[in-house]
Amino acid sequence: MNAPLIIDRRRVLAGGGALIVSFSLGSGLAQQQDAPAASAPSPPGSLKASPYLDAWIRIDANGVEVFTGKAELGQGFKTAFQQIAAEELDIAFESLKVTTADTRLTANEGYTAGSNSMKDSGTAIQNAAAQVRALLIAEAARRLDLPAESLRTADGAVIAPDGKRLSYGELVAGEMLHVQAQPTSKLKDPATFKVIGRPVPRVDIPAKVTGGEAYVQDMRLPGMLHARVVRPPSYGAELTECDTAAVEKLPGVVKVVRDGNFLAVVAEKEFQSIKAMNALAAAAKWKETASLPKQDDLLNVLTSLPSQDTTIFERSNAAVAAHKTIEATYTRPYQAHGSIGPSCAVAQFVDGAITVWTHTQGVYPDRQGIAEMLRLPPASVRLIHVEGSGCYGHNGADDAAADAALIARALPGRPVRVHWTREQEHAWEPFGPAMVTKLKASLDDNGRIADWNFDVWSNTHSMRPGGAGSMLAAQHMAQPFAVPAPRPLPLPEGGGDRNAIPFYNFPNARVVHHFIAAMPLRISAMRALGAYHNVFSIESFIDELAILAGADPVEFRLKHLDDQRGRDVIEKAAQAFGWKPDQKRPPDRGYGFAFARYKNLAAYCAVASEVEVNRETGRPRLIRAAAAVDSGQVVNPDGLINQIEGAIVQSMSWTLYESVTFDDTRITSIDWQTYPILRFNSVPESIDIHIIDRPGQPFLGSGETGQGPAAASIANAIASATGKRLRNLPLTRKRIKEAIDA
Amino acid sequence: MMTLKVNGREHQVDAEADTPLLYVLRDDLKLNAAKYGCGLGQCGSCTVIVDGKAVLSCVMPMVLLEGKQVTTLEGLGTIAEPAPIQRAFMEEQAAQCGYCIPGMMMRAQALLQKNSKPTDEQIRAELEPHLCRCGTHMRILRAVHRAARLMDTADALPAANGSAR
Repeated sequence: MNAPLIIDRRRVLAGGGALIVSFSLGSGLAQQQDAPAASAPSPPGSLKASPYLDAWIRIDANGVEVFTGKAELGQGFKTAFQQIAAEELDIAFESLKVTTADTRLTANEGYTAGSNSMKDSGTAIQNAAAQVRALLIAEAARRLDLPAESLRTADGAVIAPDGKRLSYGELVAGEMLHVQAQPTSKLKDPATFKVIGRPVPRVDIPAKVTGGEAYVQDMRLPGMLHARVVRPPSYGAELTECDTAAVEKLPGVVKVVRDGNFLAVVAEKEFQSIKAMNALAAAAKWKETASLPKQDDLLNVLTSLPSQDTTIFERSNAAVAAHKTIEATYTRPYQAHGSIGPSCAVAQFVDGAITVWTHTQGVYPDRQGIAEMLRLPPASVRLIHVEGSGCYGHNGADDAAADAALIARALPGRPVRVHWTREQEHAWEPFGPAMVTKLKASLDDNGRIADWNFDVWSNTHSMRPGGAGSMLAAQHMAQPFAVPAPRPLPLPEGGGDRNAIPFYNFPNARVVHHFIAAMPLRISAMRALGAYHNVFSIESFIDELAILAGADPVEFRLKHLDDQRGRDVIEKAAQAFGWKPDQKRPPDRGYGFAFARYKNLAAYCAVASEVEVNRETGRPRLIRAAAAVDSGQVVNPDGLINQIEGAIVQSMSWTLYESVTFDDTRITSIDWQTYPILRFNSVPESIDIHIIDRPGQPFLGSGETGQGPAAASIANAIASATGKRLRNLPLTRKRIKEAIDA
Repeated sequence: MMTLKVNGREHQVDAEADTPLLYVLRDDLKLNAAKYGCGLGQCGSCTVIVDGKAVLSCVMPMVLLEGKQVTTLEGLGTIAEPAPIQRAFMEEQAAQCGYCIPGMMMRAQALLQKNSKPTDEQIRAELEPHLCRCGTHMRILRAVHRAARLMDTADALPAANGSAR
């Protein structure tokens, strides 16, 4: 039952500002949420940075509202957060309202990235809700003059033993929830969960399948104008000449906005803005520079650039002797996020302040960038997240927000909507960086891995805003903002070195991160960052070593892995797939397996796959996949399955088909013809996802965990089908055919 | 001024003859479902039904639409009274970001109107012009199969709400 509350009024009277509430924890059901036993433990998840309970939960006579600083990107966590709050508050799921990232309303939770939303925001909401519930019970106990232990909560009310109900709305008064969270909360026993763990239907889907207003692309504010940007034809191109007179006379055109190399046109109607954009593009003369590297020689390009080399992992045991040694080099090209809906934003500049509606992953960092670009105080800039098309990382969303802001400033009062074209999205989004990995490892006399060497060359994996210099509009202005210096992302999560450290136990191991500062192409964060290529490399090479050892790939992995949860997902995926050592394959088919723990600290995922290769054409086809995932406590199992299913299909597309193309000056993959992705004829027959639920364990997130294992599993299945190892992504029909014929 | 018939209603539209249908639907008629994805006819997210056929509205100029019947996702049903195809996508939770989904649904609807029991192969072939980036394909296929079953059941019943067709 609930413990007594002690409100420390001295702090308030002393002018400390915050009303500090503390209550001691009863033994029993309270979960220990990774709070260190240090002297001043901080509350869990994002409560650490935003400790006030009313930053997360607000209650008034109209109902209960939940706030998150994270942005719904199509992962469905808005529904999961609502489930968490409903569970811990004891209130009907349907009665809650969830408000997502908005610089005026929600906590600053940085970026919605890294599969961290459940861990950061889900944990914060869970604990805030539990603590709010305790406060409500304490308030009811005071009003009813009953011991808190005698009260219970249900359906949004505190209920006394005699049946008397006090609704949450009645109980909350004044600043009651404006108190700081405690380090620990009395969370519910997972065995009693009624909403968490259920496949609750997503709250956003009904509007999306009936034509409701669901995306920033669907916004229509009164008096709204339509803008289109004319981007330079290539990186660094300079606008030398542009006669705008003819364009300004086109039907519906309101204004041409030019600021240095930034060029845009605004019209009353959308198609008028498109026609005007085309006319403006034809009128613009640019001076271009040939600055791009050789697309077909990325291995040498990347390994020849100056790098900052860091040994990020080293372990040695001289007692283990190497017997047989192999080495291999793996490469990944630049790849595109390729959202189906190009980036879009709406902005309105009124009385020196600007509001921007955007599908950015970080409203606060973007606010900083836009404020800097417009030389406004951050308080005069409000960013509101509105859903866009799925983003899969840092795509054009932030740039479109900056475009809209810069254009709207030129037209005070009128809302301005900017929508990028397909070609602009493909050419200007920041790509997932190209990477190179070199691996060398040995087996000992017993067929175990004796030593392991891993070198990875990569750019940073985040050039996200903070400063204005990260945004195209600010880079292109007459007084431009410089692109900030790139930095490697720190471990343990890492960037280019994400998942570079093996999760297996090797007696001797060395991992070196070669961080490349120079960025020949515009790059930033793409789903899973370096983990996609690093896991592809590690898990492909593990198979190469298993073959060398004459061992079954699944058994070989288990032989080198102590982590029990890791072993569990491997065994589950193998069992679900029907994996058997030395199993007979149908002709031209292969079986592949791969495993990773995302970031070596988040969700566990193993993927088994069956691939068919047409020996005549080289065309590979994923026939079926089975996967197991352990993401800690599961909130919405169907949402989790949807994420992993999607990760496998998307990763298959990256792995088999995708690379950004360019000549010495321009990006040449500028639409779906020149940047093909998977279509329905390549969709597998079945994908079978198995969840290992861990009730009461911390949320581990899931958005990015499948990308690496899916890639390696498919690569291993292709090797199994053809007897040939492909190490350069993507594993195209042409490359497979060449390998077969070699 | 042009007359355009959308979801059973006639609209007087002030648009130039070369304006693609997509912009008239979104900008003039304030309909959300048809989406701009590429403007090139490569991704399918703008798909609507014109005289019973799935059409890429981003490359369909207004001049070709005089006297034709346009149906958008809004014309099939509502949240309160969803059409079988809409119910099926909700029941299968067949969306992640969902941006490509309305176009997929319209092509599936057109298919089911002429072939009420399509095979899995036929559905895959029909959806070939459509891209989904989230990887929701397995669920989309399941949803179209479910819609076929729901429409079959709906046909067997006396015309109830008549929303779907």
